[in-house]
Amino acid sequence: MTELSVLVGGKAGDGISNAGAIIAQVFNHMGYFVYMYTDYPSLIRGGHNYALVRAADRPVGACNNHIDYLVALNQETIALHLPECPDCTVVANADLVKSLPRGQAISINSILKDETAPPITGNSAMIGAFAKAAGISWEVVEEVFHRHMQKAAGENLRVAKRAYDMVQTTRPIPAITGTAHSLLSGNEAIGLGLAAGGLDAYIAYPMTPSSTLLHFLAGNAERLGIRVIHPENEIAVILMGLGSAIAGAKTAIGTSGGGFCLMTEGLSFAGMAEIPIVIVVSQRTGPSTGLPTYTGQADLRFVLHAGQGEFPRLVAAPADPGEAYLWSAAAIRLAWKYQIPTFILADKTLSEGSYSVDPDRLTDLPASDPALWDGQGTYRRYLNAPEGISPLAFPGRKNATVKVNSYAHDEDGITTEEASLVAKMADKRARKGEALKGELDRLPCVSTGGRTDAPVALLCWGSAGNACSEVATDLGLRLIRPVVLSPFPDRQFADACTGVKHLIAVEENATGQLVSIVKEHGRNVDDGLFRYDGRPFTPEELRQRVQEVLRS
Amino acid sequence: MTRNMITPAQNTWCPGCGNFSIQHTLKDILAGMEKEGRSLDDVVLVSGIGCHAKIADYLNINTVYTLHGRTIPVATGLKLANPDLTVICCAGDGDAYAEGLDHLIFAAKRNIDLTMIVHNNRVYGLTTGQYTPTSPLGFKGKSTPKGTAEYPFNPLELMLASGATYIARGYTRKQPQLGQLIRQGIAHKGFAFIDVLQICASFFNMTEYYQSRVYDLAGHNARDFGAACAKAREWDYNRDAPISLGVFYEQVFPTFNERAPARHISREERSHQIHDLFETAK
Repeated sequence: MTELSVLVGGKAGDGISNAGAIIAQVFNHMGYFVYMYTDYPSLIRGGHNYALVRAADRPVGACNNHIDYLVALNQETIALHLPECPDCTVVANADLVKSLPRGQAISINSILKDETAPPITGNSAMIGAFAKAAGISWEVVEEVFHRHMQKAAGENLRVAKRAYDMVQTTRPIPAITGTAHSLLSGNEAIGLGLAAGGLDAYIAYPMTPSSTLLHFLAGNAERLGIRVIHPENEIAVILMGLGSAIAGAKTAIGTSGGGFCLMTEGLSFAGMAEIPIVIVVSQRTGPSTGLPTYTGQADLRFVLHAGQGEFPRLVAAPADPGEAYLWSAAAIRLAWKYQIPTFILADKTLSEGSYSVDPDRLTDLPASDPALWDGQGTYRRYLNAPEGISPLAFPGRKNATVKVNSYAHDEDGITTEEASLVAKMADKRARKGEALKGELDRLPCVSTGGRTDAPVALLCWGSAGNACSEVATDLGLRLIRPVVLSPFPDRQFADACTGVKHLIAVEENATGQLVSIVKEHGRNVDDGLFRYDGRPFTPEELRQRVQEVLRS
Repeated sequence: MTRNMITPAQNTWCPGCGNFSIQHTLKDILAGMEKEGRSLDDVVLVSGIGCHAKIADYLNINTVYTLHGRTIPVATGLKLANPDLTVICCAGDGDAYAEGLDHLIFAAKRNIDLTMIVHNNRVYGLTTGQYTPTSPLGFKGKSTPKGTAEYPFNPLELMLASGATYIARGYTRKQPQLGQLIRQGIAHKGFAFIDVLQICASFFNMTEYYQSRVYDLAGHNARDFGAACAKAREWDYNRDAPISLGVFYEQVFPTFNERAPARHISREERSHQIHDLFETAK
């Protein structure tokens, strides 16, 4: 595999993530598959930020520790990262990097002065310098700047060209053939998937790492014909979402763990009152405020069990933007078909990472339309229909009196405490869960990869699947990754495990939440590899740890 | 077709409960709307949780029986999704002023076009007698047997400060006036807030107190914010003072829906835009 990694580092507020995104696009336009990870502390200015771009001739969704090119905007980047990469090629900003053991330095300030360009264009000089050091043709840089700089591409190009001409090519990047893909973050893919699924309204309160989904949809609200609302808190978010859905608007909401805590009473209301709603939960490191800008997979059990009482829910945990797009669209359709809450469970790695996506390879997951009232007879909101799915009518519908209720209720939606009726209606709701399970049997709920007949398998979920997939392929292991975690796809999971002698779980939490779930479903896990320091697994680290387990 | 306005659900309010008066008033208003040729299919009543909320079971119209304190966000979602709906919230004082106070303030701040009726009996009834945010200082309830150690707040003042564009106070034993206040609130374009003084026959019977103190606001200019503030402060829900009833404040401002209208596009245009967004990411 041809692959290389570039680290761009500087202080918060320096536009590191934008610089990384442009470098990622440069690789994209050279035909590489790309993944970009951004590491930043929870503050606006100061502190160390870096973007790590990994490019390869096959799809990648994780970064390694290895760095080939180091682009240093300041001295701290050199101090922190140069010791990690003894053989990397370095370009640095001479204005702030006073001690540079090796590599090439350019003065951004003098370039800006010569070009009478504003400071905001300074990073373009570093991109130009990097491009030349890596032997990237100027035409690629030009093309990317024109396509992806919203403002003043020409001015930025002049600055970049200055730097480009000042630097020597020391380590040319291998030319490969390939076409440019769409570079999308997980949150952008979720937003597009929701839109494709028919989203009418998105409601959220800002919380990292879900906020960029709010920003993406708010920024494209007019274009996509979606109403985007940011209310007073997450309690209002979910209740407003439910009100919107009761009136017939396909509605999604988004948050992270802390905000989801506030949503649980609304979630249970959705369960009892049978209101369709899509809930995007993007995990960060917990408990509590935790590490706001770092990742984790510790909220699986929380999302599976949140809310008092028992009611069916769909929980899908995509690994990459392609899967996020497809399941977000399906989450809307399934929420409406079964009148239940459906979840997209993501994490910081997926939500904020950028990945190469080929839109032509995204084939919609099939899902049928919701049951709507035919207008005949007296409308009963909670009609005890065979699969438990009562036809929908929305307030405003002629001749329908729609009574939605959070209390135990009868078929008309009137409160009841009568024992047999309470049980009958609980059974009705439970039947929807069974019907959903039947439908999911026909969808790809468990992803498998690596060597699919290998007796040793890695078991994981969500974004950890990308590092696992690489390691499984490299070591000739099987990869088993449930995408749907509720209702648990027993049959598909058992099929995926056929012939497995040694099952190794890989999760970004401390207790092995998926381990305990598969145990409940009758499958023992032999070993568990856990990481819970807020950072995602790198394929390098994971390979080592898997090999250690296999040796012992 | 004239609908039967009451469902077969058994009514379980205590004899003498102020909720009967509010229900009758609403029933008359709805019947009147129907008589004027308006379809009640477009009306939704959203209730919280508490004695008042049973009105959702009793009135035979579209209802959403929500959670304690959460009438407003649900009602806001309904109104945003379908601006043609007439959305009326019935909430208790525990609902509106304790559990869901943040939503109340924000609904006023947004000027969302809803009518908020607060069944303010100044005590928790359904949970059998605890103080609420409008119980007077020293109120002896089951959770405060020695009397509360905090002052009530004045909901009218709070709504004035929050940006409500229609603020009124009614009383359940002045039913014709109450009907007029609610009708006017429903007709008002924007956030209409009506604090309704009602007695709790079981846990806080204030009939005599109210009967001897209430009077109708007359000669008050409801467009005058300063005058509204002064009138609202006359009685602070604690000290003994005359209690005025009527419209304290009314002003026309753009509603949330008017300031932030939704844009609807066809399914084809949506697909086209999604395709474009994938392309621009290349």
